[in-house]
Amino acid sequence: MQTDGYRDHPVRSYVLTGGRAHPTRNTLRPETLLCTVDDGRRLPASAGRHQRALLETCRGTLALAELAAYLRLPVSLVVVMASDLIDEGYLAIRSNPVHDLPAADLLEEVLDGLREF
Amino acid sequence: MASASSEATGPGPAPAHLAPSVARSVKILVVGAFGVGKTTLIGAVSEIPMLSTEETITTASVGVDRARDTKSTTTVAMDFGRVTVGRDIALYLFGTPGQRRFWDLWAGLADGAVGVLVLVDTRHLEESFEVLDQLEEHTRLPLTVVVNEFEGAPRHAPEDVRSALDLPEGTPVVSGDLRERPRAVEALTTLVEHALRRQTEGSAAA
Repeated sequence: MQTDGYRDHPVRSYVLTGGRAHPTRNTLRPETLLCTVDDGRRLPASAGRHQRALLETCRGTLALAELAAYLRLPVSLVVVMASDLIDEGYLAIRSNPVHDLPAADLLEEVLDGLREF
Repeated sequence: MASASSEATGPGPAPAHLAPSVARSVKILVVGAFGVGKTTLIGAVSEIPMLSTEETITTASVGVDRARDTKSTTTVAMDFGRVTVGRDIALYLFGTPGQRRFWDLWAGLADGAVGVLVLVDTRHLEESFEVLDQLEEHTRLPLTVVVNEFEGAPRHAPEDVRSALDLPEGTPVVSGDLRERPRAVEALTTLVEHALRRQTEGSAAA
């Protein structure tokens, strides 16, 4: 239901992000793991339903791309929304940002995991 | 597995959250021409049903009369899957068309990737040239070429594929029917081994 609005009116994305096309942080990637902060704090009444849906969907750990897929919103839009929610303390980054190339020890662990399949 | 469904997410699938122990993520890009088997490979290893996310691009039309709207929008989709490896690592497999202009749509998609699986159909080798050229020119990501052995397609030795595609020295080539999970896993393992080898060599040289 909630995706119809976006699909019918592509222009809506600017409204959803308060007119901004760029996120407040550039460390979010499609695979960045996110999780809603469960501290009982409620979003202000002025928050939009997409922000609410995002926090509801992210009550367990999900990557940013997964959030976008479930919410049926473009990744570029979810990045902006998620950045704001992180800045406001409602959403947390669960994974450490990966720089340039993944470290060798991380690759070793991935390899060990794959060999178990 | 799936939990916390909500009305807010509408009629779509309930989110399949990661295990609470998972706190790290890595990604591999799966690229190739349309119909070469990207979705097949991802589906063969993914622990969740395939997910898709779209970006809209606006393109200015050429040579239209001014009375009409001169812009049109195109939607580009990216299919992806996920598999948990070890206890706490989520491996994401992002399938995108090979042309760089498509994956630039997703900010940060190539940054920090383990590497790229380049899917090839030997009946349409020419489709792979542009993809490989762009990967070699614009990224330093480790590559592994995966020949999808379609039913009824002629078989070629890896060495023949390597020379036909003029691959850089040391680029692994694997082949198999990608509907079979072991073949898809082998492709991933080969790429990660290659990425690891390159890193070790790189740090030894530095």
